[in-house]
Amino acid sequence: MPITINSQTYDLPEDNRVTLLDFLRHDLGLPGTKKGCDHGQCGACTVLVDGMRINSCLSLAAMHDGDHITTIEGLGTPAAPSKLQQAFVEHDGYQCGYCTPGQICSATAMLQEIANGWPSDASDSLEGPMVVSGAEIRERMSGNLCRCGAYANIVAAIEDVAAAEDAA
Amino acid sequence: MKPFDFQRADRLEHAAQLCADEGTRAIAGGTNLIDLMKLQVETPQTLVDIHRLPLGRIDDTDDGGLRIGALATNTATAVHERVRREYPLLARAILAGASQQLRNKATTGGNLCQRTRCYYFTNIDQPCNKREPGSGCGALKGVARLHAVLGTSDECIATYPGDMAVAMAALGAVVEIADAKGHTRNVPVRDFHCLPGDTPWRDNVLEDGEIITAVILPPPVAGRQLYRKVRERSSYAFAMVSVAAIVALEDGRFTRADLAFGGLAHKPWQDPRLSALLLGKEPSAKLFDEAADVLLDGAQSYGENAYKIPLARRTLTAVLAEATGMEL
Repeated sequence: MPITINSQTYDLPEDNRVTLLDFLRHDLGLPGTKKGCDHGQCGACTVLVDGMRINSCLSLAAMHDGDHITTIEGLGTPAAPSKLQQAFVEHDGYQCGYCTPGQICSATAMLQEIANGWPSDASDSLEGPMVVSGAEIRERMSGNLCRCGAYANIVAAIEDVAAAEDAA
Repeated sequence: MKPFDFQRADRLEHAAQLCADEGTRAIAGGTNLIDLMKLQVETPQTLVDIHRLPLGRIDDTDDGGLRIGALATNTATAVHERVRREYPLLARAILAGASQQLRNKATTGGNLCQRTRCYYFTNIDQPCNKREPGSGCGALKGVARLHAVLGTSDECIATYPGDMAVAMAALGAVVEIADAKGHTRNVPVRDFHCLPGDTPWRDNVLEDGEIITAVILPPPVAGRQLYRKVRERSSYAFAMVSVAAIVALEDGRFTRADLAFGGLAHKPWQDPRLSALLLGKEPSAKLFDEAADVLLDGAQSYGENAYKIPLARRTLTAVLAEATGMEL
């Protein structure tokens, strides 16, 4: 079965060693997803698989037959950015920008997890309701490192989008 | 990564047959295995993809417990309604580990089988009896900050790194294991992982050709459930010490004190002498101190991990105090 990436279908790579990350970047020419540590520690490679965020560096492309993958390229375009992409720009939620695609993919899924009522290690109650606080965002985004240390602005960008969605 | 054959298993028996070969590894979430393959710590000849086998369900058991399928992700387990309400210890332990990205991929079976994060084990230029039997233990006189203080041997002082299994051990959970002939056996989580002894390459009791199919939680019990994890940063780090506790009091005396510890040993550590000491007694600072004496009787440190012995004492004391509502 082929793999679907940002609504386009592709055949799986012939070499079964190819990670989902390398498949995206090298085979498909989708370099938005970044290779940071390549060991699941930094989160720069975060993509969405059927809406769930994962580290694409720790997953073999061959194991994603039939899956629907969304990368940063699939979330928005420069002309029509997603709300989070726009908020990262407005809040300067980066310095060098290398971790940003992973941060935004991760935050996109994180807001859905909170909407689902899923708890985190920072949640006072496991059974909700879940709140979007700075402490919650920091815990839930802890799988995404930013070596420039733009965390304050990243949190501000996410808080902004969460507040806007809450008001909507 | 070394080349390997890749096979997709569509039935459990088929998967187990394929895994009977020594050079074969089953892969599900892959978050630990792929990492170790990149480091060439793991160099399987064949990978058997089991992630589409129908083992992902979480179901009630007839006696009121819960059967968590081997392929249920850590996220699915932690957010499961009954886990949150009736086994909060397990939800807390899972949420205290890794990152959301990893928990979305990591499975119940894979988490149980995850390998140590000992720096010598994951670096193929270093000696390690677990990775390369007979090569020696680099940690014994080396960098041992995260290493074990209980149940160690001269061959290996690595720790089991996980949180989930520590909670499962305290909860009295059982691992369900199947083989290629369709036989199943059940092993309590407390007996699933091995101490290093003189066979440090053996992490657990799984034999070649066996596959974990589920973890079964007994019916929930009355009592306070706590998981406290002490680590070097407040998120996304392995435990220096963790304590899983289910504690109940009646008339001011312990009627339940089920405890398990992470970060201290090559397996989730349990000591039956602890509940024997605590049951029937009134909580007190003195009693908690005696409990820590029992826990740490025979503890041995290796330079950099000496802090773990007082840290374990304080963490146990803090957990017992919190669980019993005592101010220390």
